Amino acid sequence: MDALTRRRFLIASGVTAGAAAATTLGLREILATAGDRDPAARTLVLITLYGGNDGLNTVIPYADPAYAAARPDFTYQPEEMLDLGEGEALNPGLPGLHKLFGEGRLAIIRGVGYPRPNRSHFQSMDIWQTAQPDRPGTTGWLGRWLDTAGGDPRLAISFEPVLPPLLAGSGSAGATVPGGELKLPAGVTPEQLGHLGRPEPGESAARARAAACFTDLARVRDLIASAPLAEDDDTEAPATATGGAAPPLDQQLDLVARCVEAGVATRVYSVSLGGFDLHADGKDAQKTLLAKLDKPLAAFASRMAGHGVVTAVYSEFGRRVRANASDGTDHGTASPMFLLGDGIRGGLHGEQPSLTDLDDGDLKFTTDFRDVYALLLADVLGSDPERVLDGWTGRLKLSA
Amino acid sequence: MTDRRQVSHLLRRLTFGPTSAEVDAAVRAGYDATVERLLRPVASPDPPPLETAPAAGDSREQRQAARKAQREQVTVLTRWWLTRMVAGGAAEKLTFFWHGHWATSVQKVRSAPLMLAQQQTFRRYGWGDTGPLVRAMLRDPALILWLDGQKNTRKAPNENLAREVMELFTLGAGAYTEADVKAGARVLTGWQVDRATGRTRLVPRRHDDQPVTLLGRDAVQGVDAYADLLVRHPAHVPFVAGRLWARYGGPGTPPPGVAAAGRTTTALLKAVCTAPEFAATAGTLVKQPVEWLIGALRHLALPPEGAEPVLRALGQVPLRPPSVGGWPEGAAWLTTSSTLTRLRAGQKLAARAEVDGLTGADRLDALADRLVVDGWSDRTRAALSGTKDPEKLLALGLASPEYAVH
Repeated sequence: MDALTRRRFLIASGVTAGAAAATTLGLREILATAGDRDPAARTLVLITLYGGNDGLNTVIPYADPAYAAARPDFTYQPEEMLDLGEGEALNPGLPGLHKLFGEGRLAIIRGVGYPRPNRSHFQSMDIWQTAQPDRPGTTGWLGRWLDTAGGDPRLAISFEPVLPPLLAGSGSAGATVPGGELKLPAGVTPEQLGHLGRPEPGESAARARAAACFTDLARVRDLIASAPLAEDDDTEAPATATGGAAPPLDQQLDLVARCVEAGVATRVYSVSLGGFDLHADGKDAQKTLLAKLDKPLAAFASRMAGHGVVTAVYSEFGRRVRANASDGTDHGTASPMFLLGDGIRGGLHGEQPSLTDLDDGDLKFTTDFRDVYALLLADVLGSDPERVLDGWTGRLKLSA
Repeated sequence: MTDRRQVSHLLRRLTFGPTSAEVDAAVRAGYDATVERLLRPVASPDPPPLETAPAAGDSREQRQAARKAQREQVTVLTRWWLTRMVAGGAAEKLTFFWHGHWATSVQKVRSAPLMLAQQQTFRRYGWGDTGPLVRAMLRDPALILWLDGQKNTRKAPNENLAREVMELFTLGAGAYTEADVKAGARVLTGWQVDRATGRTRLVPRRHDDQPVTLLGRDAVQGVDAYADLLVRHPAHVPFVAGRLWARYGGPGTPPPGVAAAGRTTTALLKAVCTAPEFAATAGTLVKQPVEWLIGALRHLALPPEGAEPVLRALGQVPLRPPSVGGWPEGAAWLTTSSTLTRLRAGQKLAARAEVDGLTGADRLDALADRLVVDGWSDRTRAALSGTKDPEKLLALGLASPEYAVH
């Protein structure tokens, strides 16, 4: 694995030519699948927090004296924290999730990680997205699920401008549904798009992909032009591959909700929120960012109740136990995950990692992230986790 | 491959897109002489006039005014740089390479003068031995602000800068350990930017002056010793060679001969362009948006007015890389929305351009000559052949698959 892994991964992951080329679809094309699904089939919404969210200041083990000792300037006043019991509390930026927790609808899985933690954003995100901690390959875990589910790109979609690696399978890939208006400029005809999109023998993969984009464009142009989201979308959203360029989370979740309410065929949605890499002055910035997660997610959870939707929230790693002098935290390891939605039993699950028995200054994980993926694959997507997770047999049980 | 095609390929890679006349001249001079000419260091250009931004002040109005002035300075710097790129040559392309490599964003640095100072460091050292470049970059104010070196102190080292320096800038992942990250961060403690003067200085009380064990060496002390260890590390030259090959050569790993050229960037670039494998890489790289747009402006002989909205829509604004990992490469740039943006932008550019000569029976050949495309594939000929309007023809040529790659 080298530093270019992530870039290579993106190239191999369906944004390029080949069997697993990413499809770009219009919302209307997704909505047209309404009614195609088994009414009992459930839906997974995966929220990626890019940048490494500080887990210890998300679910705060305030009663542990080691916490205050490690982070003297980082602690919140007792009255600010949102108590969860067991000496733990949620960050004050998460009142909506705290309410859901009180109602028994939010499950918090503590100490989720993987062996031999990698502290590079790019590589750790690859590990989380491939679910292959030993040697991240070129397929994402939900892409491999898509392979086993028949490969229709409409089953797994993202509202980000670039396909996230986790949706790239080996023989298929999820679809991106960028917001915005794809009306053709005046004078450009569908016939011209048809010609420009034709593959030519002997051309490079790059040029073939450039041509294929015209075919995609021809296919979606009139679908998107009249899609119901044209009025509120930002057509200038840059097409970068960092995960930070997605539309705001509330917009992404709103699109998911519309699709779910319409009963479309899609089973998996990938949405994201970036900006969590807070090496300095992290406390207030994290609270602000968490609030950007909290409000849309709480609203989404209420709107989706009864629709068979399960939402999972993760980040590529937590932060060091000890704050740095910049009032920030450096890259760490294990971190909590949130699960919420129909059929999820709320409460605190998994074991809180010790703050004193550390691995080189970092928490030791207590739940393997693949155990959580296995739960989602089996219970939400009704598939065989071992097939998707390279034979992994662990599975989280949400005992209340 | 004909001489003309080989020289066109060379110029497309080493510069921001050659004009047909530039190709003519380079064919006359010959391939090797052109390589030598393009890789010769040039004097740094006179910097743009950047007024000193007002101090932030205490009131809300003062702070707003300071932010506005800061944004205006960034606009001045961006336009100045785009103009330099359009002026041609290989030097600005290399400056842009290093900008994407040591990817630093003004969004956090919030200072046009400091972004300019970093750019001038790339112009001064970017062509030569990477040793002085890395030494200068470890003290670079913009980089230190970007990666929290500002907050890196003896009491609690901040690892951000030390980690990314090794992972993304000099060695690549796998060449160092977590202990090296911690040790590197300690060496860099106390190097602080004085926002008032824009200079970096070592603040002794924040600095950990204890020697560390770093990259297998005992008793390493001081930022220059750290920089020197990095560039002498066996992973360094292959890493830089790989990055240069990825942007100038082709996908995949560089031919083994490239890294043998050593630590001087222009020697590495020369090795890229003279590798036997280089000719076959024509058409295999996707143009980055900046490369596409600057090339189009050069082919149409236009100034870079109205460039920023196009670059924003395409996802690559100079001085604003999306993360410390820099911009993506390859097919990540080829999406439905970027294709549409190139169609729209192509029309706007063509509307401002001189379109003489793009009429008549041989207009497709004239278009290929104008855009320095080796030729049109049958499908693109089919798409273009029905278009007689020279402006529309030019616009479609700019958006074509042939022009999206180089």
